[in-house]
Amino acid sequence: NIKMEMFDDFKRMNKRQVYYQVLNFGMIIASALMIWKGMMVATGSESPIVVVLSGSMEPAFYRGDLLFLGNDRSDPIRAGEIVVFKIEGRDIPIVHRVIKVHETHEGKIKFLTKGDNNEVDDRGLYKPGQLWVEKHHVVGRARGFVPYVGMVTIIMNDYPKLKYAVLGLLGLFVLLHRE
Amino acid sequence: MNTFLSRLNTLFAFSISVVAAVTFACFLTTHFLDYTQDVEIEVKKAIVKNMEEFYVGEKHDLGHLRFSLKANMTPVFNWNCKELFLYLMAEYETPRNKINQVVLWDKIINRGENAVLDLKKVHAKYYFFDDGSELRGKNITLSLHWNVIPNAGYLWRVKGRQDLGYTLPDSYAGSRV
Repeated sequence: NIKMEMFDDFKRMNKRQVYYQVLNFGMIIASALMIWKGMMVATGSESPIVVVLSGSMEPAFYRGDLLFLGNDRSDPIRAGEIVVFKIEGRDIPIVHRVIKVHETHEGKIKFLTKGDNNEVDDRGLYKPGQLWVEKHHVVGRARGFVPYVGMVTIIMNDYPKLKYAVLGLLGLFVLLHRE
Repeated sequence: MNTFLSRLNTLFAFSISVVAAVTFACFLTTHFLDYTQDVEIEVKKAIVKNMEEFYVGEKHDLGHLRFSLKANMTPVFNWNCKELFLYLMAEYETPRNKINQVVLWDKIINRGENAVLDLKKVHAKYYFFDDGSELRGKNITLSLHWNVIPNAGYLWRVKGRQDLGYTLPDSYAGSRV
């Protein structure tokens, strides 16, 4: 039956092969981490890929869509761009469009945002007393888009037991099998 | 039982690979296209007032425009363009701010909808508040832009080929447009 066959590979391994399996596992983790950190450096964003969490940018983006961010500091933020920004005191980043930009002669930029699907601009969402979004609030600017793929992340976040189960099974699978 | 599961696994992996390949093909075949179009903008009437801006608590200049807009967006759509987000932007310079950009109007056109724009004497959708009181006699540039929202791929922001320079009135208006 299936259960016993899963462990056959493992039973046939000697100590060296077990070490190899563990190292293999470590390599996969390290590669994933390298890719993620590499993307952070290449894009200049602390979070190069984000999942859309709300419907405030419909019909362009729906909940579960994936956004690829850039944050080129030499390219100033202009009206019409879609930015991902955080409000002080809140963890969840917001993905909205820039509708107003004011840049001083010294290069200090402040801008106002609004969700495509919202009636009014975001001043009601900002911290009390905050009127504008500034560069240091910005996590990144949306450059690329892939639909639906982020749903996996949302489901795993809504059902954490599922996340642990999947990760646990994957880990077990890599550790116990030859390829 | 074993072969059923392994077949299911293979089928699943293959389906995902095919979907990924088609998505990538969608992106690659449309990434290098020229998305610009000709645009005709006309200002029919413009006034400048000075009033307190909501939330800000200060009196700022408020511009109000009625404009006409003509553009044909139909050639811009393709199998990878699911939506166009159009926005009319006013740009100008003030002593305080080198760059000011205000979106006055926007529109969403989805693939399949009528993509020919022929607006006559419409009001601006959004409040044209200055970050100060510098709108009187100001030279502004009005331009139409659109954000190409793909099924999968790069989010291009495109500017229409023509823009309009306009000078706002020198003095505050007494009545509505």
